[in-house]
Amino acid sequence: MNWTWFHRLGSPPHIYRIAGTLTPWFAWPAGLLIVAALYGGLVLAPPDYQQGEGFRILYVHAPSAWLAVMIYGVMASAAAVGLIWRMKVAHAVAASCAGVGAWFTAVSLVTGMLWGKPMWGTYWVWDPRLTAQLILFILYLGYMGLRAGIDDLGRADRASAVLAIVGVVNIPIIRYSVEWWNSIHQAPSVMKMDRPSMPLDMLAPLLMMLLGFTLYFAAILLVRLRAEILRRERTASWIREVLR
Amino acid sequence: MTPRQRRITLVVGILAGVSLAGLLALNAFRENVMFFFDPSQVAAGEAPIEKRFRLGGMVRPGTVDRQAGSLDMSFVVTDFKHDVRVVYSGVVPDLFRENQGVVAHGRLGSNGVFVADEILAKHDENYMPPEVAKAIKEKHGGVMPVNPDIRNLPKTGT
Amino acid sequence: MSEFFAMDGYAIFLWPAYLVTLIAILANVMLARRAHAEAKQEARRRFAIEDEGSSP
Repeated sequence: MNWTWFHRLGSPPHIYRIAGTLTPWFAWPAGLLIVAALYGGLVLAPPDYQQGEGFRILYVHAPSAWLAVMIYGVMASAAAVGLIWRMKVAHAVAASCAGVGAWFTAVSLVTGMLWGKPMWGTYWVWDPRLTAQLILFILYLGYMGLRAGIDDLGRADRASAVLAIVGVVNIPIIRYSVEWWNSIHQAPSVMKMDRPSMPLDMLAPLLMMLLGFTLYFAAILLVRLRAEILRRERTASWIREVLR
Repeated sequence: MTPRQRRITLVVGILAGVSLAGLLALNAFRENVMFFFDPSQVAAGEAPIEKRFRLGGMVRPGTVDRQAGSLDMSFVVTDFKHDVRVVYSGVVPDLFRENQGVVAHGRLGSNGVFVADEILAKHDENYMPPEVAKAIKEKHGGVMPVNPDIRNLPKTGT
Repeated sequence: MSEFFAMDGYAIFLWPAYLVTLIAILANVMLARRAHAEAKQEARRRFAIEDEGSSP
């Protein structure tokens, strides 16, 4: 098997250049999608039969929760690739994920609280789904803390990669918590095998928001990855070329 | 085994080990993870009736009884197999309605009545505009079915 | 218009939720760009020191 593409993928100057070229291709569609979805979600979508206008919190809560979980998946996969193939760029990807992931996990928790108060009658309960999402936030913080606490870059990469991989067990727990146990949180409306549980005029803004957030994350990841690569390569001569 | 294969084994081993440990732990703590118990579990004696626990189910239509001039109320929680009467004094959330999911936190009295000090509403994953909900309910004899087909909608006319 | 902002009484929950999300979106753009700018500056600084040390 020809592995040249794989090794090119691991070459920092190559990745640095590609990341720079790709960023606007993700950033602009992301911005347009999010703005359009905001209009669709806040203005065009009809109110819900039970929650009235309050259900519109869905359009920021669900995409943030999706990012929180999806970013963890990217982080853990990159960490595993870094660990197995000793690929430095993969470790750089994992390190670039953590901060954004922690931010959006916090957003999902806060928007969830602001939704829970009027609908359920409480900001917070120690429910399986809510608790698992809080553990996800703590995992992100632990990952960043571990990286910050180890001076040697190689050791920080390997130790934090192991933590990221261990934390993967929390992902299915978050997803299936509402099905395995009695939970106050409702089952998924969209991320399931069955048909979505909402009509198209409510669903379309949500799907646009989910796609917009995903592309937004890709753009942020690429910029963070470039910063991370510059920091790691330090004195490499190719940096002199690109900075000129 | 090459070093790379060894590292793959390590990663897979970590994942398998942690998953197994997690599975065992979750199984052991099943009862504590259970956020609420439904009336059938209460009837079967699975709920920790000597302690405070949460009771969850649907508000049976026609059973909500509010005392005029006070916050005292009572209603029946059902899972359509067993019923438990709940008494409560206080404000209920916006979504507290007949035929709607509810979670009550409190104690089961010796007379079989559940004395709640906190009422939370639970909603399902279905979202739809009021007109559609009305149309679907009319088609199903006034009740919202468990998994309504929202695809074949009457025009919502935004 | 004021009816739109009132959100049928849910305004005090809905707008803070949107605000928090907006802050997170903007903050992450800012943080990522700043991290990149700082990394570039740091590299330039290092090359400047290197050049000073070797040229004379």
